[in-house]
Amino acid sequence: MARSGRNSAAKRTLIWLGVLIAVLTAALGGGVLSNQASWAPKLALDLEGGTQMILAPKVQGGGSQITSEQLDQAVEIIRQRVDGSGVAEAEISTQSGRNVIVSLPGVPDEKTRDLIQASAAMEFRPVLAAASGAAVPKESRTPEAELPKPSGKPANASDLNWITPELYQEMEARDCTDPATIAAASEEPSDPKKPMIACEPDTGQKYILGPVEVPGTDIQDASFGQVRGNQGQSLNQWAVNIEFNGEGTQTFKSVTERLFGLTGAQNQFAIVLDGTVISAPTTNAVIPDGRPQITGNFTEESARALSEQLKYGALPISFDIQSETQISATLGSEQLRMGVIAGLIGLLLVAIYSFFQYRMLGFVTIASLVVAGILTYLAIALLGWTENYRLSLAGVAGLIVAIGQTADSFIVYFERIRDELRDGRGLVSAVDNGWKRAKRTVLASKAVNLLAAVVLYFVAVGNVRGFAFTLGLTAIADLVVVFLFTHPVMMLLARTKFFGEGHRFSGLDPKRLGVVPLYRGAGRIRQPGEGTPKPRGKTAGAAAEAQRRQTIAERRAAAEKERAAAVSGRSTDKESN
Amino acid sequence: MPNFATFGNELYSGKRSYPFVQKYKLWFIIAGAAVLLSIIIPVAKGGFNLGIDFRGGSEFTVSQTQNTDLSLGKDAVTAVEPALDPEVTNIAPNTVRIQTEQLSDDQTLAVRDGLIKAYGVKADQVTSNFVGPTWGADVTRQALWGLVVFVALAAVLMAIYFRTWKMSAAALAGMGVVMIVTAGLYSLIGFEVTPSAIIGFLTVLSYSLYDTVVVFDKVRENTADIATSTRRTFDEEVNLAINQTLVRSINTSVVGVLPVASILFIGALLLGAGTLKDLSLSLFIGIIIGTATTVFIAAPLYARLRTNEPALVQQAKKVRLRREQEAKARETAGESATA
Repeated sequence: MARSGRNSAAKRTLIWLGVLIAVLTAALGGGVLSNQASWAPKLALDLEGGTQMILAPKVQGGGSQITSEQLDQAVEIIRQRVDGSGVAEAEISTQSGRNVIVSLPGVPDEKTRDLIQASAAMEFRPVLAAASGAAVPKESRTPEAELPKPSGKPANASDLNWITPELYQEMEARDCTDPATIAAASEEPSDPKKPMIACEPDTGQKYILGPVEVPGTDIQDASFGQVRGNQGQSLNQWAVNIEFNGEGTQTFKSVTERLFGLTGAQNQFAIVLDGTVISAPTTNAVIPDGRPQITGNFTEESARALSEQLKYGALPISFDIQSETQISATLGSEQLRMGVIAGLIGLLLVAIYSFFQYRMLGFVTIASLVVAGILTYLAIALLGWTENYRLSLAGVAGLIVAIGQTADSFIVYFERIRDELRDGRGLVSAVDNGWKRAKRTVLASKAVNLLAAVVLYFVAVGNVRGFAFTLGLTAIADLVVVFLFTHPVMMLLARTKFFGEGHRFSGLDPKRLGVVPLYRGAGRIRQPGEGTPKPRGKTAGAAAEAQRRQTIAERRAAAEKERAAAVSGRSTDKESN
Repeated sequence: MPNFATFGNELYSGKRSYPFVQKYKLWFIIAGAAVLLSIIIPVAKGGFNLGIDFRGGSEFTVSQTQNTDLSLGKDAVTAVEPALDPEVTNIAPNTVRIQTEQLSDDQTLAVRDGLIKAYGVKADQVTSNFVGPTWGADVTRQALWGLVVFVALAAVLMAIYFRTWKMSAAALAGMGVVMIVTAGLYSLIGFEVTPSAIIGFLTVLSYSLYDTVVVFDKVRENTADIATSTRRTFDEEVNLAINQTLVRSINTSVVGVLPVASILFIGALLLGAGTLKDLSLSLFIGIIIGTATTVFIAAPLYARLRTNEPALVQQAKKVRLRREQEAKARETAGESATA
């Protein structure tokens, strides 16, 4: 039977929707149970309270363009610094590849603010002494008398006379196995003219380093690749290549001339970024052409990472605060409350209006909106968990605005069904035909909506990006709901007695839609016999099903006749006017 | 609302018809005048009421305060820096906003403390906000980029979907009217232009196109067999499509405006200036103008763009011919009946 086939198709679609919601809920539930997610969506700063800073990168010395890799490096450095300063839950991200957004709970102090803005310096320093990372236990530290004592003023950067007893003691006490120590290293900028102690997190070593010999800004470029042998064959070993500018080439040549002659730790030089050693290679040759190659136990990944860090060193970035907003937690929750109230009022108004316009069909609208709401809520909560998406006030506004645009899909659909009814179709075929036409319109118009949301999302700066995001999300939810909920529900409802017979309150009453009786021209009423009036009221009873099926074809034929008559009638009216 | 359904029936059957296409001159003159005014007003008034994001400066908001004496806020700023002339406004019940030129970090903290003392509020009831002078320019540039990219993509999308560039052009012209008139209204009334308002504005453009696509889809449907049909002329078919979707247009804009109005109400009355109010205000104005433009400008313009195509001129002639013949036939029939 065609009818039951369609019925079950509609039911199957609804089951798929149920499965979709169940899967999303289960995924989120799993996250909640494993304490990784929460049922509530994550909130952005303007709803939760805190400080948001929007930073624009600025190259020291100006001029050069900042690539997105350099910006990512800068963000990584800011993240380490902020984490090191003990601010919990700070969030740092780039936006549109141009700005950096820093979100902090509470109000940041002067020190944190400076840390965020300052540029990170990269420098090359000679190694004076090296030791393994852990702090030397108090009892086994070098006694006072045996500490190295400078015998005079240091002659060059590699001179061991830089090591004072205090410096040596500090080195022994330094614990490079503690992440907090490494994070803290970035806080106090070191004096380039003085020696310093630094950790190398990758190897767990710690070093006493001489004064800066080559600043990172002398790096022209850095790259990575496979080491080539004498005949140009690949040695299957990764290396990082540095290229110095003119000045860097000269200085680096004299540095390597000195270091090449030294032994032990003094043969090494350290590349220091933001107070931490990122690499401390040994000097295997004098480099006269300013193109040193660093080899070692690199993987492709680590070689790339180091070359990117070196590139960043060539262009230290500092930041200007573009905009800074502080919102107290109470104001944030107040705004959220107001947003939710506004949404509920909006929903209520839409519900009342669609009930007036579409009677019981209004309930289909409301049910569809509720399903769209559930889908959107789950998506936001899931994205909060997996993508760290945070709902902002602008996002809430986007959700509320979307109520109207989502409801419009249903309006388009219902109006098409009504149009088909007015053409004299029975409800079942009106739903089928109306859907065929409405589907196209809904898809085309939602494509415009989605396009706008995507474009807005990619170009928008600042908080309002959240608005574009929710707008796009709801457009997708809307499509899902129209296809998987509203249409199958309409198919099922079309077969109920209440709707199928066009009850007065169904919103699909053919009488109201001008089908029976058909008013035509100047108040003339259709003559009996031109069409079969629908059985209505109690008398219709159980026979209605069969009778309606029988009358569809008849009624269609009659409607066709009427339409032809109406058209000619109308043109007569026009001519006579 | 039984009358509304009847209204819909009459519009659908063509019994009741509003001459959207036929009276195009009137609508175009009104729109032209509105566009012209919208260009003149900002020039005459010297631009827009730009928010702090475009001017740069520091802003403090004291919320939930019992005392809304504006001079307290002014004094709190001048006590820190006598040379400043802060702008203090009561933006919502129990909310006072103080805007000044850019302050240093120390000054910001000092003014904050001053405000907390002066209004006798808790520390978390005072929000501070600082915007660099280039931020607004950044937002504007990005918004313009968004506009250009969106318009280009939407034009292509519509041209492909409707298979005629003329629909694309008409829809974009309608959108242009929405854009200019909304901007003009902002300048005329002096609403504050903020980044949120700009985003709302861009959304309005998408809404305007969205609305046009729905109506144009009906136009496409009605005019699909125009070449072989002598029922109505092209202009009449377009007009019928507008009338048939009029109930949808009204319902859509009402349903679209209701939630926006509720945000505007809450935003403006209870929260004062801010994201919610700025977004919803530009949406509120834009949705109403957008719906009107689709009906009065975009669709009639599309009809105008095509009505002089040779094939359609030919078709219009055929329709006229058929009607004349039918009228004549009826006349003779009527004569014989009366005879």
